[in-house]
Order: sequence, then structure tokens, then C-alpha cells
Amino acid sequence: MDIPYTVAERPDTGVNNVKLGIWLFLASEVMLFGGLFSTYVLLRLMAVEWPFGSDVLNVPMGTFNTAVLIGSSVTMVFAYASLKMDDLARFKKFMAMTIGLSLVFMVVKGFEYSHEFDIGNFPSTSTYLAIYFTMTGLHALHIIGGIIVNSYFLGPGSKMWETNKAQFTNRIEAAGLYWHFVDLVWIFLFPILYLL
Amino acid sequence: MSDDVQHHIQNYKKVGMTLGVLTVVTVGVSYIDFAVPLAITVALIIAATKASLVASFFMHLIEEKKVVPISKWGFGTILATLAVTALFFLMVIFIPIFGHADRVGEYFTLPNANAPVVAADQH
Repeated sequence: MDIPYTVAERPDTGVNNVKLGIWLFLASEVMLFGGLFSTYVLLRLMAVEWPFGSDVLNVPMGTFNTAVLIGSSVTMVFAYASLKMDDLARFKKFMAMTIGLSLVFMVVKGFEYSHEFDIGNFPSTSTYLAIYFTMTGLHALHIIGGIIVNSYFLGPGSKMWETNKAQFTNRIEAAGLYWHFVDLVWIFLFPILYLL
Repeated sequence: MSDDVQHHIQNYKKVGMTLGVLTVVTVGVSYIDFAVPLAITVALIIAATKASLVASFFMHLIEEKKVVPISKWGFGTILATLAVTALFFLMVIFIPIFGHADRVGEYFTLPNANAPVVAADQH
């Protein structure tokens, strides 16, 4: 039995179920990260003192990571466009680049975290570090989830291209929407934690 | 159809380059010695600009009104969902702040988890 409206538009919503489903999921993610942003605002407003991000964290590394993640968003959307142009090889190239850039992001994050731990900066050390590790940690978990899903679509998942091109394209659109959202969160996290 | 995709690809390249420039601007602006509230405002405006570019072009929101016919409830489904989400997001950000607005200037959180507790009557 087929799941209906994976490709065809549902008459009452005007979109297919894949698109609606992923946007509803992203709406819930907005509330998840929104709660943490709200926590940050409240903790900072009520704090006796709050360090400048640039005094604690490595701004060049953070800037590099921002560029890497935005780059992975660009390659992700090119991967989707490649499927629209009926070019599977091009899709695989851009998806591989997306995954590669995500791994670079995680490696740099790993260096940043291990440096903080080496100099004795743990989440328990200060309120600022607590919220820094919580927000970037949750974000990093989302990146790992995205890497797993994207790797599946690069590998075994791409078999669906042979049987149902439209549905596979929709799946990549959904994965792309999730990935752009993860990038969006970082676009806000970076100035708030590193620059302000 | 192929021209359509090509047009999209041109847009993706332009938006990608704009995002790169705005990232440089974000970091550059942080070196200007603004007062903290102004610095936060400027940083958030630049971040919101980048976010809206990603949402409009990479997430195809700018096409939603054009592509999606008005649903039976009178407006595009995705945009309506996002409007409700935005409303609740603003509530999550502002209700806690408003809840503390009557005690502006008083400090409650300690910068260091191991710092000695300040005496309760010291404000």
C-alpha cells in the first residue's frame, strides 16, 4: 500500500505530504532552539557580568565554520537542482561535497571543544559556557543527524532514483530543507555566542 | 523546465556569494565599538538578512505563494504554518523577558557557578 501524496499535491493543503511534513517538523525545531535562545537572553539580561564572546572563544575558527556551513547549504541546494536537471552523477558530487563540508565543520568544532576542555573551561565553569556548550552541542547533534541522512541518500537511498525519480527528488528537497534550517540556526548562534 | 532550473542555479550562486559577503560584514561590524544594545541590534539585523536569504531562496519560500494555489482555508499552507510558528517563537522569547521587566536592573544569575552567593539584601 502506497503512502498517498508523496509526489502529488494534496488538494486541501496545496502541497505534497513530504513538504508539509518537513516544514511542520522544522516548526517544532524553531520552538526547540527558540527556547534555548530565550534562555540565553534571560541569563544574559539577569547576569551580574557576562564575557564578550571574542574573549573566550576563537572567532576566526567560528567564522571559518560559518563559511563552511553556508558552503554546505549551497552545495546541498545544487545537489537538489542537479536532480531537477535529471543528472544523478552531478547530484552525487554535490551531496558528497555537502557531507564533506559538514564533516569539516564537526572536526573544527571538535578542536574548539577540546581546546576549551584543555584550558579548564567546562559547561559547569560559568553560565556563559553552560549556554555555549548546550546550544552548540544540540546544534552539533543536529549536524550529525543530517550527515547520517545525507549519507544514506548519497549511498543506498539513491537506488530510488531508478524506480521513482519524483519521489527521490522530493526526499532530497526535504533533506535540503532540514539542512538549510541547521544552517539558519548557526547563522544566529555565531554572532550571539562568538561576537557579542 | 531546464531554463527554470538554470535561473534557479544563477540565484543560488548570487545568494551564496551575498551570504559570504554578509558573513565578512558580520565579523567586521563586531570590531566597531558600539554600545552593547546597538551592537546586538546590528548583529541581529545582519543575521536576519542572511536567514531570510537562506529561507527565501534555498528553502524556496519565495516561490511558495506563486507555486502553491490558495488552499481551501484562504492562504498558502506553508506560509500560514510559519506565521503561527513565528508568533509562538516571539512569545517564547518575549514573555520571560516581560515577566522580569518589573525588576529591571536587578541581577539574579551568577557568572560563575562556584562563586559565593551574594547576600539577598544587596540590591
